[in-house]
Amino acid sequence: MSIAPSALPISMRRIEKRFGSVAVLRDLNLDVAAGEFLTLLGPSGSGKTTLLMILAGFVRANAGSIKVGGDEIITTPPHRRNIGMVFQNYALFPHMNVFHNIAFPLKQRGVGAAETAERVEKALDLVKLKGLGERRVDQLSGGQRQRVALARAIVFEPRIVLMDEPLSALDKGLREHMQIELRALHRRLGMMTTVYVTHDQREAITMSDRIAVMNAGRIEQLDRPETLYATPRTRFVAGFIGESNFIPVECRNGSVWYEDQRIHTAAPSPAPGQHLMVVRPEKLRLLTDAEPASGVNVLNATLSDIIYQGDSFVCYAVLRDGRQLTLRDYCRSDVLARMPAPGRPVTLGLDAQDTILVAAD
Amino acid sequence: MSGDVGLPISHRQRLWLYALGGLVLLFLIAPSIIIVIMSFSDSTLLQFPPQQWSLRWYQSYFQSLEWRDATIVSVKVAIMTTFVATPLGTAAAYAINRGTLRLNGTINALLTASLIVPVILIGIGTFFLYARIGLNNTLTGLVIAHTVQALPLVVLTVLSGLRSYDMNQERVARSLGAGRVAAFWQVTMPQIRFSIVSGALFAFITSFDEVVVSLFISGGETTTLTRRMFNALRDQIDPTIAAISTCLIVLSVVLLSVAQMFGRRH
Amino acid sequence: MSVHPTLPRDTGRAGQDLNTQALRADARRESLRLLALLSPSLFLVFAIIIVPIGWLFWLSLFDEAGALSAANYARFFEQASYIKTFVTTFRVAFIVTGACVLLGYPLAYMLSQLPRRAASICLIFVILPFWTSVLVRTYAWLVILQRKGLINSWLIDLGVISEPLPLANNLSGVVIGMTHILLPFLVLPLYASMKTIDTDCLRAGMNLGAGPVATFRQIFFPLSLPGLASGVVIVFVLCLGFFVTPALMGGGKVIMWAMRMEQTTSLYSNWGAGAALGVVLLVVTLALLGLFQWLLGARATGVWSSR
Repeated sequence: MSIAPSALPISMRRIEKRFGSVAVLRDLNLDVAAGEFLTLLGPSGSGKTTLLMILAGFVRANAGSIKVGGDEIITTPPHRRNIGMVFQNYALFPHMNVFHNIAFPLKQRGVGAAETAERVEKALDLVKLKGLGERRVDQLSGGQRQRVALARAIVFEPRIVLMDEPLSALDKGLREHMQIELRALHRRLGMMTTVYVTHDQREAITMSDRIAVMNAGRIEQLDRPETLYATPRTRFVAGFIGESNFIPVECRNGSVWYEDQRIHTAAPSPAPGQHLMVVRPEKLRLLTDAEPASGVNVLNATLSDIIYQGDSFVCYAVLRDGRQLTLRDYCRSDVLARMPAPGRPVTLGLDAQDTILVAAD
Repeated sequence: MSGDVGLPISHRQRLWLYALGGLVLLFLIAPSIIIVIMSFSDSTLLQFPPQQWSLRWYQSYFQSLEWRDATIVSVKVAIMTTFVATPLGTAAAYAINRGTLRLNGTINALLTASLIVPVILIGIGTFFLYARIGLNNTLTGLVIAHTVQALPLVVLTVLSGLRSYDMNQERVARSLGAGRVAAFWQVTMPQIRFSIVSGALFAFITSFDEVVVSLFISGGETTTLTRRMFNALRDQIDPTIAAISTCLIVLSVVLLSVAQMFGRRH
Repeated sequence: MSVHPTLPRDTGRAGQDLNTQALRADARRESLRLLALLSPSLFLVFAIIIVPIGWLFWLSLFDEAGALSAANYARFFEQASYIKTFVTTFRVAFIVTGACVLLGYPLAYMLSQLPRRAASICLIFVILPFWTSVLVRTYAWLVILQRKGLINSWLIDLGVISEPLPLANNLSGVVIGMTHILLPFLVLPLYASMKTIDTDCLRAGMNLGAGPVATFRQIFFPLSLPGLASGVVIVFVLCLGFFVTPALMGGGKVIMWAMRMEQTTSLYSNWGAGAALGVVLLVVTLALLGLFQWLLGARATGVWSSR
């Protein structure tokens, strides 16, 4: 990825936001690198949109600092922040045509007519809407509106682009297409630091350089998508990104125990006390009798149901203590054929390097 | 399609309801129609339908200096009230719609107070106040008093326009580099202008038709049309008033149609 | 330790919130901006409504000699003419409100059941008089009802009566005129609330075996009550302070509250007594609106926006 020299990093420090007596953001710190595509991911009410609004200047924080390339902007009014913004409902101006919508930020900056025309043309080309400048906004499809909103947010070459769930109003196929296109656009533009808000973990994983998982006004974890998936640090992150089984384990004498069974882990052993073992459904395997493995954790369970899902299948197995585990695997010809019938005992295997331990709340 | 008809009951079963409703509608509209027709009568007697037609009452209206002066005063006051109440009410509605002020509820109640406080009390109070600051029988005094009465209508109309307007539009305009004023003028204003125009029309007609407060605070050179009509009606029934009333009805119809037209386009 | 003057004072201090002061100042500036937008309107309302009413209230506390007394209020209970005014006012208010309900409910019901186009045409007939000057409409009723008016001439021409009926310049004239003027205030909120009643509820009622009459009585009517109540309160409250129609159509015989206030202040220049009347009227008005709001949790002023 080529980063243009004009790309600027964002540094947020100790952001506090209360609505009345309700704390929405608590001592929040976040750094976004220059040119990075960073996603704020979280359930509704986690504070992600509020943080974006504070960044854009539409909501005033109670305390904190936001520096863009070293300049403090926390009290700068929105129109002097030079930040492009794409709203969930696009907020296109219905009384202007596509051209004038995109030309709006240039007009505010006193750009001349000829240059405006040229830059709007370029922006339209960039979002693949060449020749639609004269269209009225209400003559556009949802996807086209999305592109106009995007063109309008980048035409003035802002230092930062913010996007608040910009794809959530599109249907599934178009949404997935636009995810890839947005990503490609970000790469092509290079110089734009992008902060993206979504509650869709797949979208976040597909598009982002890094993801900040937010919960109850805090950032639970900030990592690259693959790290976040492979090593979630809290129960919340493990539950929010991908599917997870949780098994309560205890750490004593430097090793990890599930009831009276010792669990092999690859990670350095954690502090003594109660923990949760995170088990991803696709990391569990059904063991046949012929596999007495070393370094593999063996869990005895009873198969309760198998659900066929086309490319893959899911089975539910119940451990001795009544805890239900989910296992997912691809439908290779041999696997499904070898499956025992529901009600039969099964042994499940989990490699030591696939065990993840998180604090038990 | 009978999709929006309430219930699977035939219209025939409802004839009695339509008859009753129709009579009430007739009760509501008949007086205005009778006045319009009688204004074209040739007779000083109240005959309906009139035996002979003429425009003599319109002539008598337009040729009377007193009536003409009163009409001019009312038009002046109504226009000035419109030009004062509309921007003030729009600004207030904008601020209320932001909803960030702590006393928003109180402010809202205060601004709509003139709808709740009995008009007679406003009339007496205003007269009492004006007597001390010398505003009785002045255009300024009338405009101020009428503005206070027109404000709630402008505020409520513009507020309802703002509530159906997406404030993200103004936000996005700000993020694209427009200052507060520029964002309002270039983005918000064009989209709520129909509400503002409706509010302005309401302000105009509120002022033009206002009777009670004007009875107290207008007089002499600044006697409003409504005050003169009121006094005329107290004395005797002059058919000239039928002609004036017809003009007022036509004014209402025109203003209402304009407001309606704007509403539909919105 | 000295702090560099160009740095915000609270940067870098551990445990202290960053930029709190600057952000608070910014919030204050924003509030001031909004207040600036509101202040001309608030000032006018304050000067024209709050100040004079407060002043009048103050006046009402003193008797003619200038001594603090409750004489202006005690008079209401002692003088027969005042008691008569109150009785008349409430009597008119009750009759007019009742008449508005009797006429307005069927009309609103019909409007709510008509197809949309027909309903909006009929609504014009409700809204147009609403926007026509009260004076024009009172004049029309004078023409229709007076001694030599339309109704009496017709009835005499038809030979139904030989002497004109006393329709105007008395209570019946006042009631008819006020009912005509106030009817839209009941119909519009009632119609608006009837439109929100879910037709599926009624269909379900009929589907469950209730006939049209039972469906109306047990489902539609109870659901329309809040709208009816708000219309009733508005009409009643407006009746209490009504001036133009009783003044012009009462023939000097029907003295209502507002007329009494006008006479006391204009004719007799007794500001204390007039002010006391005004204060009580305002209190009764606010109490009724407050009671209604408390009972229904509805916004009594909301219906005004339908205008």
